[in-house]
Amino acid sequence: MWEHFHHQADIGVRGIGATMAEAFAEGAYALMAVICSPDKVKSVESVKIRCQAPELDLLFADWLNELIYEMDTRGMLFSRFEVEIVGDELTARAWGEPADADRHEFAVMVKAATYMELKAGHDNTGQYFVQCVVDV
Amino acid sequence: MDRKLVKRRNEYTWQIERTGSMHVDGTIFASEDLIAGMDDMVARQVRNVASLPGIVAGSYAMPDAHWGYGFCIGGVAAFDPQAGGVVSAGGVGFDISCGVRTMHTGLKAEEIHSIREQIAETLFRKIPAGVGSTGRIKLTPSGLDEVLQGGAQWAVESGYGEKEDLRFIESQGKIAGAKPAEVSDHAKNRQLDQMGTLGSGNHYLEVQEVVEVYDPAAARAFGIEVGDIKISIHCGSRGLGHQIGTDFLKKMTTAAKSYGLDLPERELACAPIESEVGQSYLGAMRCGINCALANRQILMHLVREAFDQILPKASVRLLYDVSHNTCQVEEHEVGKVRKRLFVHRKGATRAWGPGREGIPSEYKKVGQPVLIGGTMGTASYILVGTEASERLAFGSSCHGAGRAMSRKAATKKWHGKQVTNQLAEQGILIRTKSLRGVAEEAPLAYKDVSEVVEVSHKAALATKVAKLVPLICIKG
Repeated sequence: MWEHFHHQADIGVRGIGATMAEAFAEGAYALMAVICSPDKVKSVESVKIRCQAPELDLLFADWLNELIYEMDTRGMLFSRFEVEIVGDELTARAWGEPADADRHEFAVMVKAATYMELKAGHDNTGQYFVQCVVDV
Repeated sequence: MDRKLVKRRNEYTWQIERTGSMHVDGTIFASEDLIAGMDDMVARQVRNVASLPGIVAGSYAMPDAHWGYGFCIGGVAAFDPQAGGVVSAGGVGFDISCGVRTMHTGLKAEEIHSIREQIAETLFRKIPAGVGSTGRIKLTPSGLDEVLQGGAQWAVESGYGEKEDLRFIESQGKIAGAKPAEVSDHAKNRQLDQMGTLGSGNHYLEVQEVVEVYDPAAARAFGIEVGDIKISIHCGSRGLGHQIGTDFLKKMTTAAKSYGLDLPERELACAPIESEVGQSYLGAMRCGINCALANRQILMHLVREAFDQILPKASVRLLYDVSHNTCQVEEHEVGKVRKRLFVHRKGATRAWGPGREGIPSEYKKVGQPVLIGGTMGTASYILVGTEASERLAFGSSCHGAGRAMSRKAATKKWHGKQVTNQLAEQGILIRTKSLRGVAEEAPLAYKDVSEVVEVSHKAALATKVAKLVPLICIKG
């Protein structure tokens, strides 16, 4: 599950899942939903992503920033994510296709995932969550 | 904002008294209405910045201040390297050197009235805008290094503009001390095909009409008359600047403890100016500034090409180009001592008064043009810097309207098509690849820019010269 949360100038993204890895994948989908309509993005090709950070919340910011980098340099959008987290390292595969203004209903490109409201943990129901505000 | 957080000093000045770890007082410039609408976080962020080492004189927030990253948006602070002062990636932000460039066209409103549709279409075709857009310039990594060192001067030397343009850009189009070696490969890769692109979100190109002149002497010096057609661009350093911000936020956060910095908020990420990380950031950040200056110069060249096609009699000349997300080395008088300071302006515009070195000779008697962008349905303003502003906040002013409503709330309230149609009824042509983007940027999602400008004027941060309304908007 994913959701956006309120921030006056920008927007917050949150991913929730039964595992931390699932929360990271949902958080990535929430990022994509800021940029476009990810349900319109087909899983045509995939990109491998790896990142490392000393804390889980920082790892989430790094993960989103790596996705932003891949989108910016490959001209792609993503809609499906497979994430594995071992220790302080994340390995993932993101599926998507080249960005298409006619089909993907663009809104705004994200400049960066920020450390504002950056959190990783689990909620009252035992579900894992990750979140941060993204700068648009 | 909770009134207990501030003390009113005069009609437009609110003080946050120095307490605890603060080294200086905080000052927010705002009217009664603007302070009421500001988030409590602005006060907290002004206090946090006041606690950073080496801060000089005060921690300031401009009238359009809102909750930002570490620094509030609209935050101004200067640091003294001789006193252990810091440089902060959060104090510059992710869109390094985002700014506004306003151009003359030599045209009057009546001359373009019948061909507005054609102008809108041609500019829309010429100016790469929106998510995923790329420019016509494809750079190699070594070619990009030249851009990062040469800024707008590189652009002019490469055929994108005229030498005369450079005199009307802050730092004459190129900031010294840029070190491409300090910029990551990630940052460089993001920029290889993004030169000469507008970006998305609140970035735009507007064809505007001057509808009111408030200060005839300054307007004369700037070359502004009622009825003039001007063109303004709002954009920044694109992917390169965003990635430099991302890279150094992490580097500075990680290194903070080793410099003995106890940051109240991670986004306040900073490092001593004289430290390795501080110097590395300055070298990279200045590359970001040059990238933004080159980018806006190329966009101006594309505007010239568009007008050469449609209306060759147009004479597109630069009025001024000023950045509102920077850290610049400037000399200021503090307690009657002249000091070399590192002035951070995060969502704040430099507003130097008359006589200051570095202002084009034509403007030197009146002060620096201060370009304030509005929304696509309201107005933009040109102000002029004041002598008082240098004493009030190191010569700084507001930068824009600031959001009043989140993007999510805006899309719930409006549809892009509905916004475009309403603006068309008001005579404003919108061209965009993203209707959802237009809904998120709906004029009513922003604060009233006129109120922000009025307060800047009355507080003497910068005074009003002219009001411009949009006729055509190419939305990023």
